[in-house]
Amino acid sequence: MRSIKQPLFIAGVVVLCAWTIVPIYLVALGGLGGDQGVYTWPKPFWPLAWSAGNLSAFLTIQGIWPAMLRSVEVAAMCMGFSIALGTPAGYALARFAFRGANAYRLAILLTRAFPVGILALPLAVSYVRLGLYDTALGVALIHTALALPFAVLVTSSLFLGIPRELEEAARVFGCSGLSAFRRVVLPLALPGVAATAIFAFVISWNEVFAAAVLTVRHKTLTAFLLSVLSESPLQAQFTGGFLLIVPSMIFIFLVRRYLFAMWGIASR
Amino acid sequence: MRHLRLAPYLLIAPSLAFLFLLFFVPLIQTIALAFQSDAGPSLGKFDQMLGDLDFITAVKNTFGLAVVVVPLQFALALGMAMMLRKLRSGRDLVMWIWTIPLGISDLAAGLVWLSILTERGYLNTVLFHLGLIARPESWLTYETPAALFFAIVIAELWRATAIVFVILVAGVQLVPAEYEEAASVFGATTWQRFLRVTLPLLRPSIQTALILRTVLAFETFAVVLAIGGTTFPVLISQAFIWENQNQDYGTAAAYAVLIMVITLAATLAYLLALRPRAGEPA
Repeated sequence: MRSIKQPLFIAGVVVLCAWTIVPIYLVALGGLGGDQGVYTWPKPFWPLAWSAGNLSAFLTIQGIWPAMLRSVEVAAMCMGFSIALGTPAGYALARFAFRGANAYRLAILLTRAFPVGILALPLAVSYVRLGLYDTALGVALIHTALALPFAVLVTSSLFLGIPRELEEAARVFGCSGLSAFRRVVLPLALPGVAATAIFAFVISWNEVFAAAVLTVRHKTLTAFLLSVLSESPLQAQFTGGFLLIVPSMIFIFLVRRYLFAMWGIASR
Repeated sequence: MRHLRLAPYLLIAPSLAFLFLLFFVPLIQTIALAFQSDAGPSLGKFDQMLGDLDFITAVKNTFGLAVVVVPLQFALALGMAMMLRKLRSGRDLVMWIWTIPLGISDLAAGLVWLSILTERGYLNTVLFHLGLIARPESWLTYETPAALFFAIVIAELWRATAIVFVILVAGVQLVPAEYEEAASVFGATTWQRFLRVTLPLLRPSIQTALILRTVLAFETFAVVLAIGGTTFPVLISQAFIWENQNQDYGTAAAYAVLIMVITLAATLAYLLALRPRAGEPA
């Protein structure tokens, strides 16, 4: 019995891995694999010639560079805001028992059970009035609304994991509250905070709907690709898709240790 | 010590102010926009929405996708979480691979599956080599609605199963191994242990996963546009069209209100259906 089960189990794991990986390989092949790649029939499953030709052709598409830079700019801002606003709140939840803590935690959780992206629809109207429409800051703000609840919950679980006694010891030795935090807690929490920051970056980098609603001429990469979807050659679309995926794969690799802790805490 | 009592409030104040301005205010604005007209409050924008030629199709498509995709994702993710628990070696690698889609945007996922399912794509190449088709067939047009629907289901399964998987694995890690050991000591089979011990203990994670995933299902936007273009309208893409192409913010807001009401109802339904039973810990 056991001898049949084990190979079946391994096969299942392998199939599920292939199910994730193979499509990524195929879009890379479609985007980068040889010049006539897209229109060849039947399609080859290995590259005719890996050429940088498609990639460089893609990068010369009018507006692609500014869009990529815009995406990085927006994501960096979103990352900064999420950490700056979320870390103090996470610390407060972890270290202080205060009236309203549960209400605050619940409010944070509630925003997650809500399609935040569609709030871009009314924001477009107020952004026009405020001069934020079509700006990187405007998009970064709504992306921060998406990422902030994660930042609060994750950093709070990080700080919970750092013994309070360390901080108290630092104070006994003459540190003020702030410098005890800066010299003792922060270095210990730093890897987790970095993971949170990366997660905020990815949330922003990937977001399509709000970015497309709130920009016209200064689009992020996702919004740009969406707007040229119907008129650009398939090859360019595949290259674009692959380029969107590459940073995400690296980021997920970097934060993989924190993913599960993040969601475990968040679901209680 | 007075400043210490204030400290937590000072620490949460910035985030609270931010969420008030970028969550609560736009939420109220959405409702205001949807019920507004030149002549005061009205349901005119909802009439406009109901009169939209694609409205009924969009409702059907949106619910159809959610109803098919969410249970499949749940079953797949649960299976994957259980497999991961049994895995002895290569656990880290498998875990990374299975969570990669978590970081992939819905637009990229749509483009990935477009490359496979398009007329001269990889699926047709495989079918050709198997002798099932003689020349490139198109699957993603309005002439093949079932194939188009199926294509979007596959793309969604590929992209968004990872989030359910991660939440469930995080939940499994919090379940003490002793409970299952105790069950097997008392003679429970593997299947009984899974149904009677593991699954009930996972209830909070299952609840979170289902709520989150269902909310996201009603937001599915770029996958649909990348694969189906405008031939497969869903509620959120209609909201986008009313906002961006028709510049009718009120009708877009009416769609947004509808989506909010649906997701709210779904969340409440899950909270009720998966609430702790009598005698179970909360």
